[in-house]
Amino acid sequence: MTALATELLVPFSYSYMLKAMWVSALVGGVCAFLSAYLMLKGWSLMGDALAHSIVPGVAAAYIIGAPFAVGAFFAGILASIAMYFVKQKSRLREDAVIGLVFTTLFALGLFMASVRPTSVNIQGIVLGNILAIADEDVVQVAIIAAVSLVVMAFIWKDLMVAFFDESHARSIGINTGLLKAVFFTLLSACTVAALQTVGACLVIAMVVTPGATAYLLTDRFGRLIVISVALGVGTSFTGAYISFFLDGATGGVIVTLQTLLFLAAFLFAPRHGLLAARRRGRLAVESAA
Amino acid sequence: MALGASIVVQDLSVTYSNGFTAVRDASFVLDPGTICALVGVNGSGKSTIFKAIMGFVRPSAGQIRLCGMPVDEALKKNIVAYVPQSEDVDWNFPVLVETVVMMGRYGHMNFLRMPSRVDRYKVDEALERVGMTAYRKRQIGELSGGQKKRVFLARALAQEGRIILLDEPFTGVDVKTETAIVGLLRELRASGHLMLVSTHNLGSVPDFCDRVVLLNRTVLAAGPTAEVFTQANLERAFGGVLRNFQLGGQALHQDDDARSVTVLTDDERPLVFYGDKPHRREPPGEA
Repeated sequence: MTALATELLVPFSYSYMLKAMWVSALVGGVCAFLSAYLMLKGWSLMGDALAHSIVPGVAAAYIIGAPFAVGAFFAGILASIAMYFVKQKSRLREDAVIGLVFTTLFALGLFMASVRPTSVNIQGIVLGNILAIADEDVVQVAIIAAVSLVVMAFIWKDLMVAFFDESHARSIGINTGLLKAVFFTLLSACTVAALQTVGACLVIAMVVTPGATAYLLTDRFGRLIVISVALGVGTSFTGAYISFFLDGATGGVIVTLQTLLFLAAFLFAPRHGLLAARRRGRLAVESAA
Repeated sequence: MALGASIVVQDLSVTYSNGFTAVRDASFVLDPGTICALVGVNGSGKSTIFKAIMGFVRPSAGQIRLCGMPVDEALKKNIVAYVPQSEDVDWNFPVLVETVVMMGRYGHMNFLRMPSRVDRYKVDEALERVGMTAYRKRQIGELSGGQKKRVFLARALAQEGRIILLDEPFTGVDVKTETAIVGLLRELRASGHLMLVSTHNLGSVPDFCDRVVLLNRTVLAAGPTAEVFTQANLERAFGGVLRNFQLGGQALHQDDDARSVTVLTDDERPLVFYGDKPHRREPPGEA
């Protein structure tokens, strides 16, 4: 018994595991906060597009030895401008434009990494490698997450109004354009942070799944955010912890956990779950009979 | 209570970035204690005028003043309340009825939007006034069409805007709710509010609007309902778009009465002219 307990506490005795767990939890929490908004607006795939688009920026940063966040930032701006430009100058629909731009930039990133394989760890970017995160990257991620959380704590209600009813938001003097710009800046920054933990391919899960799960569990926006953040922090921390024993990629474990919780909510949610809907249907039939 | 709500639109032109001029040289003036209908075909510039009053689009020429102030300043002072069209609302959004009404108070709160006792009181009062207190803990999508409308009216009441813009308030609403909404608008008019109502429901315009602005990418006519809301003006505003039924002569009368019945309808309640006067609905209770 004590042997098992000792065994379970092993991850806490390694400083790299401790670092991985709390950094993952922090990133998971802030991404989950943003996910509450993203999925309500039908913008979920924007997170995916952003994550793939910043890969060349991160690759370039590693090649020239600059902080990865700076490279990611410039690539993010480039992606936004490119999407805006193509959208304005063509008759293409938004999804086609997003798909076109982000795959192009992702391909560029892969190409850059293949040309300079020694300086760019492409596997680290695409799949994430939180267990080997460098100390200066920890600092960057921590700053991004902390600043995002503070800003969101101040603007969450204004954002809710702006996303729910933009006209009303304007009528009470909220600058909705600025608010959206702030939101997308935070989203880009958090995507960069999440790149470190789960990698470019799975960032989308971090900024969609916790919010989607919470959406099935409540009809109140405030609670939705609390549930979402709790899910994000919990799954990310636990995912990092379990990955130690499974010896598997942390990102994969975290996202699998999130998906399992989503499935549970999908089936068993008290009001919006599949079983609840069945039960209501049966009751309706019985009361009609 | 003298509120002094006014809208002055002067030589307003709005050209969108794609080069389309939606409204040209539009001018009208509205005073406190008015219910004004904004009437015109789709694409006549009704929503552009709303957007200009809400500061969503900038005038390319001319100006708008609300209570004597430029639009941005008026918006900061919570002067304008907006009741959206039902199709424009995401009814699956996870918010409760009371949360939506509380959003009306946000402009009165500090930047953290912490409701004070006054804010909670105003929300209770607004819900009571539209008869939605019993539904305050419901998610907004669970309501009927009329109840949904009343929630957004309550939000406008809680906001205490002196100018209230209503976008198609009668679409998808039963007659009982329509009567209740009209009653509420009349109360607000009596207390000096100014309401601008965009509507396709031509038949109810003479019932409750004291002024009409007729649009077709500019102001065709603006003024008291009796003067502006005439068959000739409406035919001008709607061109061939309205369905127009005319009954007269022997089909209508057995004597030689020269008056005929004209039924004009857009897509909702028809407007009926008998002779050259709009037919008004009987006041409720007498029918």
